[in-house]
Amino acid sequence: MPMEFTNKKLKKSTKIILTALLVIACIVLTYMLDKGIIGTSYSVRIVRIAVIYSLIGVSMNLVNGFTGVFSLGQAGFMAIGAYSVGIFTIPLASRPNVYYLVPISDKIAEVIMPFGVALLMGGLIAALFAALIGAPVLKLKSDYLAIATLGFSEIIRAVIANDQLWPVTNGSLGLKSIPGFDSLFVPVLISAAGIGFMVLLIKSSYGRAFKAIREDETAAEAMGINLFKHKEMSFVISAFFAGIGGGLLACHLTAIDSNQFKIAVTYELLLIIVLGGLGSVTGTVISAFLISFGKEYLRWFDASHSIGAWQIPIFRPGLRMVIFSLLLMAVVLFWRRGLMGRNEFSWDGIYNFLRKWPWRWHKLTSGGYKAEAKAKKAARSAGKATDRAASRTKRAEKKAARTADTEEKKGVDNDAE
Amino acid sequence: MDATTFFQNCVTGISLGSAYALIAIGYTMVYGILRLINFAHGDIFMMAGYFTIFAIANFRMPWYIAIIFVIIITVLLGVAIERAAYKPLRQSPRMSIMISAIGVSFLLENSATYLFTGLPRAFPQLGFLQTVFRIGEVSAPIVTFITPVLTIVLLIALMYLVNKTKTGMAMRAVSKDFEAAKLMGIEINHIITITFIIGCSLAAISAMLYFSPRPMVYPFSGLMPGLKCFVAAVIGGIGNIPGAVVGGFIIGIAETFLVATIPSMTGYSDAFTFVLLIIMLLFRPTGLLGEKIAEKV
Repeated sequence: MPMEFTNKKLKKSTKIILTALLVIACIVLTYMLDKGIIGTSYSVRIVRIAVIYSLIGVSMNLVNGFTGVFSLGQAGFMAIGAYSVGIFTIPLASRPNVYYLVPISDKIAEVIMPFGVALLMGGLIAALFAALIGAPVLKLKSDYLAIATLGFSEIIRAVIANDQLWPVTNGSLGLKSIPGFDSLFVPVLISAAGIGFMVLLIKSSYGRAFKAIREDETAAEAMGINLFKHKEMSFVISAFFAGIGGGLLACHLTAIDSNQFKIAVTYELLLIIVLGGLGSVTGTVISAFLISFGKEYLRWFDASHSIGAWQIPIFRPGLRMVIFSLLLMAVVLFWRRGLMGRNEFSWDGIYNFLRKWPWRWHKLTSGGYKAEAKAKKAARSAGKATDRAASRTKRAEKKAARTADTEEKKGVDNDAE
Repeated sequence: MDATTFFQNCVTGISLGSAYALIAIGYTMVYGILRLINFAHGDIFMMAGYFTIFAIANFRMPWYIAIIFVIIITVLLGVAIERAAYKPLRQSPRMSIMISAIGVSFLLENSATYLFTGLPRAFPQLGFLQTVFRIGEVSAPIVTFITPVLTIVLLIALMYLVNKTKTGMAMRAVSKDFEAAKLMGIEINHIITITFIIGCSLAAISAMLYFSPRPMVYPFSGLMPGLKCFVAAVIGGIGNIPGAVVGGFIIGIAETFLVATIPSMTGYSDAFTFVLLIIMLLFRPTGLLGEKIAEKV
């Protein structure tokens, strides 16, 4: 076993076969979940939400992680998408029940759209809003931009819940009886298509421009990149997919109200992209799944538990969210790169990661790590010794210089006499 | 609107504005020194509200001891947050430290929900503060009249501290140039701690004044005041202490009059603040009293 580890690359054909296998596995898994062959309806629900959050997470990462624009407006764009799907897909028959307090406005009372059209419209309206908002906001610097986008998302929420819009959005009562998904394939395919589009975008010359802006705005501008155009583009595309994601979420929940799109949603998405790695698409997807499953399975912490007759006092509602916020803090403080950093999932990476284990094991058993640590320590102490020697000579030099100085002074004094 | 309603609204608006001003000072000072939007500041304010409830309703302290107790605990919380969440990230990019601040805010909100339950809790009587007081036709709890006076007094004291003392000089130096101040032998961490102590004690005072005329405290009651006060700090010119007070007054008064004159706009009163922010950032990004800073490469 060699001491130096060298990365090897897989053959291209192997990679294609592996990717094809992965895609087939995903399709088969989705099919099996959909038909109830594996998992329960509960786990299907979680997968659905994880898939939707992946799409929204990647859209947020496009702006925050790839373009370096700290935008916190995702919840507002989601709300636009969700309401667009909600308003136009509720069956005509159940509309009087939904709008029971204030009747629905005449202009939209008879308008009903297929799910796809309403979803696309939601995305487009969100994108339009983003384009309008982006014009003033994207000229701001990072932290002002964060507050301004946060503010806009709050404005969108306030407008939706307001009295004047009651005939359209049903105000604070929210919308219900939104038809759900026919099959799990709908959200999976839409999310996959959206994420695929964003990956292609990131790999294109536009994506390289985004990354240049993230690294250094001034340098990017000097290279001839139009800052505003690229930021606006990334912001609008991100809002479009956030709108689509919001629409999917409305369909998943079947009942929405404006309180579901509070700032906490944006914070949760922030947790997803930070945990996955700012600037990594696959990291975001992985962490969206981890967080969605974690959030459901950690419900155990919210229930009360007891040992015998004694009820353990720390288990009560809210503990789960405390754990989540501690997780966000821990990732930010100690593990800043997140799961993937800025890397993407690759077969080469997996291959080398697996290959490295026997090598690591060998090194551990043969005492390679110990030897390395010893060498490091020796080098460090040697460095210290040279430092000490250097400072000693320096001090000696200084002393000599000082004596020389005083002698010279004496000499000058003598001359003066 | 007749004269009485007008004056009544003036009193309410000025009182609300001065409570905002005290919080905004905390934002502006931290931003001036660390270049960080302390997203957790609004939640520290909320926690101070809870501490007051505990001090008076649960520990049965007399109100004058409770006030001191609340200020001390809030300051300890704020300094602990700075040490744990901001100090380790001092050398890292701006975005990480901002995410850390958001994380702290998220953590405080969730911890409050967990520890004190999500149900709103009644705010106790703080001494004589809630006694109704009348001047002519205008009547309001006495706290409404005390708040602006106290804010002005605290502002004058703070201006003296910043402009006339050695610590204040060090603070101004750090906010002007972090690195150069370090080279001049200023204890940066010491100055940052002092900044947080001042910001948090003002937030604690503001919490007691703000919640006294309002019935309830709940875990998210710091969120909106927090964001609004940041906007106030931006409107006044971020990093500028009198600017923050001016901004706080503008937001408080504008909000009160918006709701009073156009009742149908009540739902938009939060949104209105952000509209004000956008307008301000577009036409005068440095704020009313801020200085223009050239971008350095």
